[in-house]
Amino acid sequence: MKKNNHHNHIVVPRPGRRRFYGHGIPGVLPKELVGKLIVVEGADGSGRSTQIAALVESLETSGHATVQVGLKRSTLVSEELERAQEGNILSRTTLGLFYATDFADQLENIILPALKAGFIVLADRYIYTLMARDMVRGMDEAWLKNLYGIALEPDAVFYLEVEAEELVQRNLAKNATLDYWESGMDLGLSRDVFDSFVQYQTAMQAAFRQLQKTYGFTIVNGNRSVVAITGELRKKIGAVLEGK
Amino acid sequence: MKTFAELDFPGRLIAVEGLDGSGKSTQIYLLKRWLEAEGVRVYFSEWNSSELVKSATSKGKKRELLTPTTFSLIHATDFADRYERHLLPLLRAGYIVLCDRYIFTAFARDVVRGCPPAWVRGMYNFAALPDLTFFFKADLEVSLNRILDGRPKLKFFEAGMDLRLSPDPYESFRIFQGRILEQYLAMSTEFNFVVMDANQRVEAQQGVVRQLVSERIDLSRFKRESPLPLPPPMRQKAGLLDLDDDPAE
Repeated sequence: MKKNNHHNHIVVPRPGRRRFYGHGIPGVLPKELVGKLIVVEGADGSGRSTQIAALVESLETSGHATVQVGLKRSTLVSEELERAQEGNILSRTTLGLFYATDFADQLENIILPALKAGFIVLADRYIYTLMARDMVRGMDEAWLKNLYGIALEPDAVFYLEVEAEELVQRNLAKNATLDYWESGMDLGLSRDVFDSFVQYQTAMQAAFRQLQKTYGFTIVNGNRSVVAITGELRKKIGAVLEGK
Repeated sequence: MKTFAELDFPGRLIAVEGLDGSGKSTQIYLLKRWLEAEGVRVYFSEWNSSELVKSATSKGKKRELLTPTTFSLIHATDFADRYERHLLPLLRAGYIVLCDRYIFTAFARDVVRGCPPAWVRGMYNFAALPDLTFFFKADLEVSLNRILDGRPKLKFFEAGMDLRLSPDPYESFRIFQGRILEQYLAMSTEFNFVVMDANQRVEAQQGVVRQLVSERIDLSRFKRESPLPLPPPMRQKAGLLDLDDDPAE
Protein backbone atom coordinates (compact mmCIF):
# COMPACT_ATOMS: atom_id res chain seq x y z
CA MET A 1 0.00 0.00 0.00
CA LYS A 2 2.84 2.37 0.77
CA LYS A 3 3.95 2.45 -2.83
CA ASN A 4 0.42 3.30 -3.89
CA ASN A 5 -0.11 7.00 -4.41
CA HIS A 6 -3.86 6.67 -4.66
CA HIS A 7 -4.57 6.28 -0.97
CA ASN A 8 -8.12 7.33 -1.45
CA HIS A 9 -8.81 5.09 -4.39
CA ILE A 10 -10.83 2.23 -3.05
CA VAL A 11 -11.99 -0.49 -5.41
CA VAL A 12 -15.73 -1.02 -5.28
CA PRO A 13 -16.21 -4.73 -5.99
CA ARG A 14 -17.88 -5.40 -9.33
CA PRO A 15 -20.69 -7.90 -9.45
CA GLY A 16 -19.78 -11.34 -10.74
CA ARG A 17 -21.85 -14.40 -11.49
CA ARG A 18 -23.96 -15.23 -8.44
CA ARG A 19 -25.72 -18.53 -7.93
CA PHE A 20 -26.47 -21.28 -5.48
CA TYR A 21 -25.13 -24.73 -6.26
CA GLY A 22 -28.60 -26.23 -6.07
CA HIS A 23 -31.98 -24.93 -4.94
CA GLY A 24 -30.33 -22.60 -2.45
CA ILE A 25 -32.18 -21.06 0.47
CA PRO A 26 -35.92 -20.43 0.08
CA GLY A 27 -36.63 -16.74 -0.46
CA VAL A 28 -33.05 -15.56 -1.01
CA LEU A 29 -32.31 -13.80 -4.30
CA PRO A 30 -28.70 -14.29 -5.42
CA LYS A 31 -28.49 -10.89 -7.12
CA GLU A 32 -29.05 -9.13 -3.78
CA LEU A 33 -25.84 -10.63 -2.45
CA VAL A 34 -23.52 -7.87 -3.55
CA GLY A 35 -20.55 -8.66 -1.30
CA LYS A 36 -17.88 -11.23 -2.08
CA LEU A 37 -17.43 -14.69 -0.63
CA ILE A 38 -13.88 -15.95 -0.46
CA VAL A 39 -13.10 -19.42 0.84
CA VAL A 40 -9.81 -20.81 2.08
CA GLU A 41 -9.71 -24.59 2.36
CA GLY A 42 -7.02 -26.92 3.60
CA ALA A 43 -6.07 -29.30 6.39
CA ASP A 44 -5.01 -28.20 9.87
CA GLY A 45 -1.47 -26.96 9.46
CA SER A 46 -1.96 -25.92 5.84
CA GLY A 47 -1.70 -22.26 6.83
CA ARG A 48 -5.38 -21.38 6.49
CA SER A 49 -5.65 -19.18 9.56
CA THR A 50 -2.41 -17.38 8.81
CA GLN A 51 -3.53 -16.62 5.28
CA ILE A 52 -6.97 -15.46 6.37
CA ALA A 53 -5.46 -13.13 8.95
CA ALA A 54 -3.19 -11.68 6.25
CA LEU A 55 -6.14 -11.28 3.86
CA VAL A 56 -8.28 -9.52 6.47
CA GLU A 57 -5.39 -7.16 7.10
CA SER A 58 -4.88 -6.28 3.46
CA LEU A 59 -8.60 -6.10 2.60
CA GLU A 60 -9.46 -3.83 5.50
CA THR A 61 -6.49 -1.59 4.78
CA SER A 62 -7.84 -1.31 1.24
CA GLY A 63 -11.21 -0.17 2.57
CA HIS A 64 -13.25 -3.36 2.50
CA ALA A 65 -15.41 -4.51 5.39
CA THR A 66 -14.83 -8.16 6.24
CA VAL A 67 -16.58 -10.91 8.18
CA GLN A 68 -15.04 -14.26 9.07
CA VAL A 69 -16.81 -17.58 9.37
CA GLY A 70 -15.61 -21.11 9.99
CA LEU A 71 -16.93 -24.57 10.68
CA LYS A 72 -18.52 -25.48 13.98
CA ARG A 73 -19.17 -21.89 15.00
CA SER A 74 -22.99 -21.72 14.74
CA THR A 75 -25.18 -20.58 17.61
CA LEU A 76 -27.57 -23.41 16.85
CA VAL A 77 -25.50 -26.57 17.13
CA SER A 78 -21.79 -25.87 17.72
CA GLU A 79 -21.85 -26.89 21.41
CA GLU A 80 -23.85 -30.03 20.76
CA LEU A 81 -21.60 -30.94 17.85
CA GLU A 82 -18.54 -30.52 20.04
CA ARG A 83 -20.04 -32.71 22.76
CA ALA A 84 -21.09 -35.41 20.30
CA GLN A 85 -17.60 -35.49 18.83
CA GLU A 86 -15.95 -35.85 22.20
CA GLY A 87 -17.84 -39.07 22.76
CA ASN A 88 -17.42 -40.12 19.11
CA ILE A 89 -20.87 -41.66 19.22
CA LEU A 90 -22.50 -40.29 16.10
CA SER A 91 -22.51 -42.42 13.01
CA ARG A 92 -21.45 -40.99 9.69
CA THR A 93 -24.79 -39.84 8.22
CA THR A 94 -25.73 -38.21 11.52
CA LEU A 95 -22.42 -36.42 11.91
CA GLY A 96 -22.59 -35.32 8.27
CA LEU A 97 -26.07 -33.87 8.72
CA PHE A 98 -25.11 -32.25 12.03
CA TYR A 99 -22.27 -30.44 10.29
CA ALA A 100 -24.61 -29.47 7.46
CA THR A 101 -26.98 -27.95 10.04
CA ASP A 102 -24.11 -25.97 11.53
CA PHE A 103 -23.14 -24.77 8.06
CA ALA A 104 -26.70 -23.80 7.11
CA ASP A 105 -27.17 -21.85 10.34
CA GLN A 106 -24.07 -19.77 9.63
CA LEU A 107 -24.94 -19.44 5.95
CA GLU A 108 -28.35 -17.98 6.71
CA ASN A 109 -27.47 -15.94 9.76
CA ILE A 110 -24.00 -14.64 8.95
CA ILE A 111 -22.83 -15.23 5.39
CA LEU A 112 -25.94 -14.21 3.44
CA PRO A 113 -26.79 -11.10 5.53
CA ALA A 114 -23.14 -9.96 5.35
CA LEU A 115 -23.09 -10.42 1.58
CA LYS A 116 -26.33 -8.49 1.30
CA ALA A 117 -24.70 -5.68 3.25
CA GLY A 118 -21.76 -5.70 0.85
CA PHE A 119 -19.15 -7.29 3.13
CA ILE A 120 -16.32 -9.49 2.02
CA VAL A 121 -16.87 -12.78 3.76
CA LEU A 122 -13.78 -14.89 4.44
CA ALA A 123 -14.67 -18.48 5.12
CA ASP A 124 -12.14 -20.59 6.99
CA ARG A 125 -13.29 -23.82 5.28
CA TYR A 126 -16.58 -24.29 3.50
CA ILE A 127 -18.69 -27.17 2.17
CA TYR A 128 -15.74 -28.82 0.41
CA THR A 129 -14.04 -29.91 3.64
CA LEU A 130 -17.39 -31.25 4.88
CA MET A 131 -17.96 -33.11 1.63
CA ALA A 132 -14.41 -34.49 1.47
CA ARG A 133 -14.62 -35.75 5.07
CA ASP A 134 -17.91 -37.50 4.34
CA MET A 135 -16.61 -38.95 1.06
CA VAL A 136 -13.58 -40.42 2.80
CA ARG A 137 -16.09 -42.02 5.19
CA GLY A 138 -17.91 -43.65 2.30
CA MET A 139 -20.84 -41.28 1.85
CA ASP A 140 -22.34 -41.00 -1.59
CA GLU A 141 -21.11 -37.98 -3.57
CA ALA A 142 -24.50 -37.42 -5.23
CA TRP A 143 -26.18 -37.36 -1.82
CA LEU A 144 -23.69 -34.76 -0.61
CA LYS A 145 -24.13 -32.69 -3.73
CA ASN A 146 -27.87 -32.53 -3.15
CA LEU A 147 -27.43 -31.77 0.55
CA TYR A 148 -25.08 -28.89 -0.13
CA GLY A 149 -27.23 -27.53 -2.93
CA ILE A 150 -28.17 -24.98 -0.25
CA ALA A 151 -24.69 -23.45 -0.51
CA LEU A 152 -23.82 -20.28 -2.37
CA GLU A 153 -21.09 -20.55 -4.98
CA PRO A 154 -18.16 -18.51 -3.64
CA ASP A 155 -16.41 -15.87 -5.72
CA ALA A 156 -13.12 -17.63 -5.09
CA VAL A 157 -12.02 -20.84 -3.40
CA PHE A 158 -8.39 -21.49 -2.57
CA TYR A 159 -7.39 -24.96 -1.49
CA LEU A 160 -4.04 -24.92 0.27
CA GLU A 161 -2.54 -28.26 -0.60
CA VAL A 162 0.29 -29.44 1.62
CA GLU A 163 1.96 -32.86 1.55
CA ALA A 164 0.76 -35.13 4.35
CA GLU A 165 4.31 -35.58 5.68
CA GLU A 166 4.75 -31.81 5.84
CA LEU A 167 1.39 -31.48 7.64
CA VAL A 168 2.62 -33.93 10.28
CA GLN A 169 5.68 -31.78 10.89
CA ARG A 170 3.68 -28.56 11.13
CA ASN A 171 1.05 -30.02 13.45
CA LEU A 172 3.64 -31.56 15.75
CA ALA A 173 5.68 -28.35 15.81
CA LYS A 174 2.55 -26.44 16.82
CA ASN A 175 0.70 -28.78 19.18
CA ALA A 176 3.16 -31.61 19.86
CA THR A 177 0.27 -33.97 19.08
CA LEU A 178 -1.92 -35.04 16.17
CA ASP A 179 -5.66 -34.30 16.48
CA TYR A 180 -7.92 -37.39 16.67
CA TRP A 181 -10.29 -36.22 13.91
CA GLU A 182 -7.65 -34.68 11.67
CA SER A 183 -5.93 -38.07 11.86
CA GLY A 184 -9.15 -39.82 10.86
CA MET A 185 -8.80 -42.14 13.87
CA ASP A 186 -12.56 -42.87 13.77
CA LEU A 187 -11.96 -44.71 10.50
CA GLY A 188 -9.71 -47.34 12.04
CA LEU A 189 -7.13 -47.03 9.28
CA SER A 190 -4.33 -47.75 11.73
CA ARG A 191 -3.98 -47.87 15.48
CA ASP A 192 -0.86 -45.80 15.08
CA VAL A 193 -1.92 -42.14 15.02
CA PHE A 194 1.04 -41.14 12.84
CA ASP A 195 0.23 -43.72 10.15
CA SER A 196 -3.46 -42.96 10.40
CA PHE A 197 -2.82 -39.21 9.96
CA VAL A 198 -0.74 -39.71 6.83
CA GLN A 199 -3.22 -42.17 5.29
CA TYR A 200 -6.21 -40.01 6.17
CA GLN A 201 -4.75 -36.76 4.89
CA THR A 202 -3.68 -38.48 1.68
CA ALA A 203 -7.26 -39.72 1.23
CA MET A 204 -8.58 -36.21 1.97
CA GLN A 205 -6.34 -34.77 -0.74
CA ALA A 206 -7.68 -37.33 -3.21
CA ALA A 207 -11.24 -36.36 -2.22
CA PHE A 208 -10.43 -32.66 -2.70
CA ARG A 209 -8.96 -33.40 -6.13
CA GLN A 210 -12.14 -35.28 -6.97
CA LEU A 211 -14.32 -32.37 -5.80
CA GLN A 212 -12.14 -29.92 -7.69
CA LYS A 213 -13.37 -31.49 -10.93
CA THR A 214 -16.95 -30.56 -10.05
CA TYR A 215 -16.46 -27.29 -8.22
CA GLY A 216 -13.41 -25.96 -10.03
CA PHE A 217 -11.63 -24.29 -7.12
CA THR A 218 -8.05 -23.09 -7.20
CA ILE A 219 -5.46 -25.50 -5.84
CA VAL A 220 -2.68 -23.53 -4.20
CA ASN A 221 0.69 -25.12 -3.50
CA GLY A 222 0.82 -24.73 0.28
CA ASN A 223 4.34 -26.10 0.65
CA ARG A 224 5.74 -22.65 -0.13
CA SER A 225 6.51 -19.73 2.22
CA VAL A 226 3.69 -17.78 3.87
CA VAL A 227 4.64 -14.62 2.00
CA ALA A 228 4.69 -16.32 -1.39
CA ILE A 229 1.22 -17.76 -0.79
CA THR A 230 -0.20 -14.47 0.52
CA GLY A 231 1.13 -12.75 -2.61
CA GLU A 232 -0.65 -15.23 -4.84
CA LEU A 233 -3.93 -14.99 -2.93
CA ARG A 234 -3.91 -11.18 -2.85
CA LYS A 235 -3.35 -11.01 -6.57
CA LYS A 236 -6.16 -13.43 -7.29
CA ILE A 237 -8.57 -11.73 -4.88
CA GLY A 238 -7.73 -8.38 -6.46
CA ALA A 239 -8.93 -9.79 -9.78
CA VAL A 240 -12.10 -11.10 -8.15
CA LEU A 241 -12.93 -7.68 -6.72
CA GLU A 242 -12.56 -6.15 -10.15
CA GLY A 243 -15.10 -8.64 -11.40
CA LYS A 244 -12.61 -10.65 -13.44
CA MET B 1 -36.09 -46.42 -2.75
CA LYS B 2 -36.82 -49.89 -1.44
CA THR B 3 -38.54 -51.34 1.60
CA PHE B 4 -36.67 -53.28 4.27
CA ALA B 5 -38.22 -56.51 2.98
CA GLU B 6 -36.99 -55.71 -0.53
CA LEU B 7 -33.53 -55.09 0.90
CA ASP B 8 -33.61 -58.54 2.57
CA PHE B 9 -33.57 -57.25 6.11
CA PRO B 10 -34.83 -59.87 8.54
CA GLY B 11 -36.84 -57.20 10.41
CA ARG B 12 -39.86 -55.19 9.30
CA LEU B 13 -40.74 -51.54 9.78
CA ILE B 14 -44.27 -50.28 10.27
CA ALA B 15 -44.88 -46.52 10.27
CA VAL B 16 -47.87 -44.39 11.15
CA GLU B 17 -48.36 -40.96 9.66
CA GLY B 18 -51.05 -38.33 9.94
CA LEU B 19 -51.84 -34.92 11.35
CA ASP B 20 -51.52 -34.09 15.03
CA GLY B 21 -54.78 -35.22 16.57
CA SER B 22 -55.48 -37.92 13.98
CA GLY B 23 -55.17 -40.63 16.65
CA LYS B 24 -52.13 -42.30 15.06
CA SER B 25 -50.10 -42.44 18.27
CA THR B 26 -52.96 -44.21 20.07
CA GLN B 27 -53.20 -46.74 17.28
CA ILE B 28 -49.49 -47.54 17.15
CA TYR B 29 -49.40 -47.83 20.93
CA LEU B 30 -52.23 -50.38 20.82
CA LEU B 31 -50.47 -52.23 18.01
CA LYS B 32 -47.33 -52.38 20.13
CA ARG B 33 -49.26 -53.76 23.12
CA TRP B 34 -50.74 -56.48 20.94
CA LEU B 35 -47.42 -57.48 19.37
CA GLU B 36 -45.77 -57.60 22.78
CA ALA B 37 -48.54 -59.82 24.09
CA GLU B 38 -48.02 -62.06 21.07
CA GLY B 39 -44.38 -62.42 22.08
CA VAL B 40 -43.05 -60.58 19.05
CA ARG B 41 -39.70 -58.78 19.21
CA VAL B 42 -40.89 -55.21 18.84
CA TYR B 43 -39.31 -51.77 19.22
CA PHE B 44 -41.06 -48.43 19.20
CA SER B 45 -39.44 -45.21 17.98
CA GLU B 46 -40.80 -41.68 17.99
CA TRP B 47 -40.05 -38.75 15.70
CA ASN B 48 -37.74 -36.14 17.11
CA SER B 49 -36.48 -38.16 20.06
CA SER B 50 -32.73 -38.61 19.61
CA GLU B 51 -31.04 -37.71 22.89
CA LEU B 52 -27.99 -36.34 21.16
CA VAL B 53 -29.72 -33.89 18.94
CA LYS B 54 -32.44 -32.96 21.42
CA SER B 55 -30.61 -30.13 23.11
CA ALA B 56 -29.90 -28.38 19.81
CA THR B 57 -33.44 -28.88 18.59
CA SER B 58 -35.06 -27.57 21.73
CA LYS B 59 -32.71 -24.59 21.88
CA GLY B 60 -33.48 -23.82 18.23
CA LYS B 61 -37.19 -24.04 18.87
CA LYS B 62 -37.27 -22.12 22.14
CA ARG B 63 -35.18 -19.29 20.85
CA GLU B 64 -36.87 -19.39 17.45
CA LEU B 65 -33.52 -19.74 15.73
CA LEU B 66 -34.70 -22.14 13.07
CA THR B 67 -35.29 -21.33 9.42
CA PRO B 68 -37.02 -23.77 7.05
CA THR B 69 -33.59 -25.08 6.00
CA THR B 70 -32.15 -25.57 9.48
CA PHE B 71 -35.48 -26.91 10.75
CA SER B 72 -35.31 -29.52 8.03
CA LEU B 73 -31.63 -30.32 8.61
CA ILE B 74 -31.86 -30.68 12.36
CA HIS B 75 -34.79 -33.08 12.07
CA ALA B 76 -32.89 -35.06 9.44
CA THR B 77 -29.94 -35.23 11.85
CA ASP B 78 -32.22 -36.47 14.60
CA PHE B 79 -33.73 -39.06 12.28
CA ALA B 80 -30.31 -40.21 11.02
CA ASP B 81 -29.11 -40.72 14.58
CA ARG B 82 -32.10 -42.90 15.45
CA TYR B 83 -31.92 -44.65 12.10
CA GLU B 84 -28.26 -45.57 12.23
CA ARG B 85 -27.97 -46.34 15.93
CA HIS B 86 -31.33 -47.97 16.67
CA LEU B 87 -33.49 -48.80 13.68
CA LEU B 88 -30.86 -50.38 11.44
CA PRO B 89 -29.33 -52.72 14.03
CA LEU B 90 -32.78 -53.74 15.28
CA LEU B 91 -33.97 -54.46 11.77
CA ARG B 92 -30.82 -56.45 11.14
CA ALA B 93 -31.59 -58.42 14.28
CA GLY B 94 -35.08 -59.28 13.10
CA TYR B 95 -37.21 -56.87 15.11
CA ILE B 96 -40.52 -55.37 14.14
CA VAL B 97 -39.89 -51.67 14.44
CA LEU B 98 -42.83 -49.34 14.93
CA CYS B 99 -42.33 -45.71 14.02
CA ASP B 100 -44.62 -42.92 15.14
CA ARG B 101 -43.90 -40.73 12.09
CA TYR B 102 -41.24 -41.54 9.53
CA ILE B 103 -39.62 -39.68 6.61
CA PHE B 104 -43.03 -38.69 5.20
CA THR B 105 -43.50 -36.28 8.09
CA ALA B 106 -40.42 -34.42 6.89
CA PHE B 107 -41.51 -34.66 3.26
CA ALA B 108 -44.82 -32.99 4.17
CA ARG B 109 -43.69 -30.41 6.75
CA ASP B 110 -40.48 -29.24 5.14
CA VAL B 111 -42.14 -28.78 1.77
CA VAL B 112 -44.96 -26.75 3.37
CA ARG B 113 -42.20 -24.63 4.93
CA GLY B 114 -40.83 -23.93 1.46
CA CYS B 115 -37.95 -26.39 1.13
CA PRO B 116 -37.61 -27.85 -2.38
CA PRO B 117 -39.20 -31.34 -2.45
CA ALA B 118 -36.27 -32.86 -4.41
CA TRP B 119 -33.78 -31.56 -1.84
CA VAL B 120 -35.71 -32.96 1.12
CA ARG B 121 -36.25 -36.34 -0.50
CA GLY B 122 -32.63 -36.55 -1.60
CA MET B 123 -31.48 -35.84 1.95
CA TYR B 124 -33.53 -38.74 3.33
CA ASN B 125 -32.66 -41.22 0.61
CA PHE B 126 -30.29 -43.08 2.93
CA ALA B 127 -33.40 -44.46 4.64
CA ALA B 128 -35.30 -47.48 3.34
CA LEU B 129 -39.07 -47.32 2.97
CA PRO B 130 -41.39 -48.83 5.58
CA ASP B 131 -42.83 -52.25 4.83
CA LEU B 132 -46.21 -50.93 5.86
CA THR B 133 -47.32 -47.32 6.28
CA PHE B 134 -50.67 -46.41 7.82
CA PHE B 135 -51.92 -42.94 7.08
CA PHE B 136 -54.61 -41.81 9.52
CA LYS B 137 -56.90 -39.59 7.58
CA ALA B 138 -59.35 -37.65 9.71
CA ASP B 139 -61.43 -34.68 8.64
CA LEU B 140 -59.28 -31.62 9.12
CA GLU B 141 -61.83 -30.15 11.55
CA VAL B 142 -61.84 -33.31 13.66
CA SER B 143 -58.03 -33.30 14.02
CA LEU B 144 -57.95 -29.59 14.69
CA ASN B 145 -60.66 -29.81 17.32
CA ARG B 146 -58.92 -32.67 19.12
CA ILE B 147 -55.84 -30.50 19.47
CA LEU B 148 -57.46 -27.11 19.89
CA ASP B 149 -60.44 -27.98 22.11
CA GLY B 150 -58.59 -27.36 25.31
CA ARG B 151 -57.15 -24.12 23.88
CA PRO B 152 -53.66 -25.44 24.58
CA LYS B 153 -50.64 -23.19 24.36
CA LEU B 154 -49.41 -23.93 20.85
CA LYS B 155 -45.68 -23.79 20.38
CA PHE B 156 -44.24 -21.43 17.78
CA PHE B 157 -43.07 -23.99 15.23
CA GLU B 158 -45.87 -26.43 16.00
CA ALA B 159 -48.36 -23.77 14.97
CA GLY B 160 -46.32 -22.98 11.86
CA MET B 161 -45.91 -19.40 13.13
CA ASP B 162 -42.56 -19.20 11.32
CA LEU B 163 -44.50 -19.21 8.05
CA ARG B 164 -46.29 -15.98 8.97
CA LEU B 165 -49.62 -17.42 7.85
CA SER B 166 -51.55 -15.54 10.48
CA PRO B 167 -50.67 -13.54 13.59
CA ASP B 168 -53.14 -15.73 15.51
CA PRO B 169 -51.48 -19.02 16.53
CA TYR B 170 -54.76 -20.97 16.31
CA GLU B 171 -55.56 -19.67 12.86
CA SER B 172 -51.95 -20.27 11.80
CA PHE B 173 -52.15 -23.85 13.09
CA ARG B 174 -55.34 -24.45 11.08
CA ILE B 175 -53.84 -23.20 7.83
CA PHE B 176 -50.55 -25.02 8.47
CA GLN B 177 -52.23 -28.37 9.21
CA GLY B 178 -54.45 -28.00 6.15
CA ARG B 179 -51.38 -27.61 3.96
CA ILE B 180 -49.68 -30.60 5.54
CA LEU B 181 -52.77 -32.69 4.90
CA GLU B 182 -52.60 -31.73 1.20
CA GLN B 183 -48.98 -32.91 1.08
CA TYR B 184 -49.84 -36.22 2.73
CA LEU B 185 -52.68 -36.86 0.31
CA ALA B 186 -50.42 -36.07 -2.63
CA MET B 187 -47.89 -38.69 -1.42
CA SER B 188 -50.44 -41.34 -0.54
CA THR B 189 -50.40 -43.35 -3.79
CA GLU B 190 -46.71 -42.91 -4.51
CA PHE B 191 -45.69 -44.45 -1.18
CA ASN B 192 -48.47 -47.04 -0.88
CA PHE B 193 -50.04 -45.59 2.24
CA VAL B 194 -52.77 -47.68 3.80
CA VAL B 195 -55.32 -44.95 4.27
CA MET B 196 -57.20 -45.37 7.53
CA ASP B 197 -60.52 -43.73 8.27
CA ALA B 198 -59.50 -41.93 11.43
CA ASN B 199 -63.03 -40.72 12.06
CA GLN B 200 -63.94 -44.26 13.14
CA ARG B 201 -63.91 -45.52 16.72
CA VAL B 202 -60.54 -46.42 18.22
CA GLU B 203 -61.43 -50.14 18.47
CA ALA B 204 -62.68 -50.35 14.91
CA GLN B 205 -59.47 -48.81 13.60
CA GLN B 206 -57.29 -51.06 15.74
CA GLY B 207 -59.13 -54.08 14.40
CA VAL B 208 -58.24 -53.05 10.85
CA VAL B 209 -54.63 -52.32 11.82
CA ARG B 210 -54.10 -55.71 13.48
CA GLN B 211 -55.81 -57.52 10.62
CA LEU B 212 -53.59 -55.85 8.03
CA VAL B 213 -50.40 -56.36 10.00
CA SER B 214 -51.06 -60.07 10.40
CA GLU B 215 -51.92 -60.39 6.71
CA ARG B 216 -48.88 -58.58 5.43
CA ILE B 217 -46.31 -59.82 7.92
CA ASP B 218 -45.78 -63.41 8.99
CA LEU B 219 -45.68 -62.65 12.71
CA SER B 220 -44.64 -66.18 13.71
CA ARG B 221 -41.22 -65.41 12.24
CA PHE B 222 -40.72 -62.55 14.70
CA LYS B 223 -41.61 -64.30 17.93
CA ARG B 224 -39.06 -64.76 20.63
CA GLU B 225 -38.00 -68.35 21.22
CA SER B 226 -39.63 -68.26 24.62
CA PRO B 227 -42.06 -65.88 26.28
CA LEU B 228 -40.57 -62.88 28.05
CA PRO B 229 -39.40 -63.70 31.56
CA LEU B 230 -41.79 -62.34 34.18
CA PRO B 231 -40.41 -59.73 36.55
CA PRO B 232 -39.58 -61.18 39.96
CA PRO B 233 -42.46 -60.85 42.43
CA MET B 234 -42.12 -58.20 45.11
CA ARG B 235 -42.00 -60.70 47.97
CA GLN B 236 -38.90 -62.36 46.61
CA LYS B 237 -37.15 -59.03 46.34
CA ALA B 238 -38.02 -58.25 49.96
CA GLY B 239 -36.61 -61.61 50.94
CA LEU B 240 -33.29 -60.82 49.33
CA LEU B 241 -33.12 -57.55 51.20
CA ASP B 242 -33.72 -59.41 54.44
CA LEU B 243 -30.76 -61.61 53.73
CA ASP B 244 -28.58 -58.57 53.12
CA ASP B 245 -29.67 -57.16 56.41
CA ASP B 246 -28.42 -60.21 58.22
CA PRO B 247 -24.91 -61.01 56.99
CA ALA B 248 -24.48 -63.68 59.65
CA GLU B 249 -26.86 -66.01 57.78
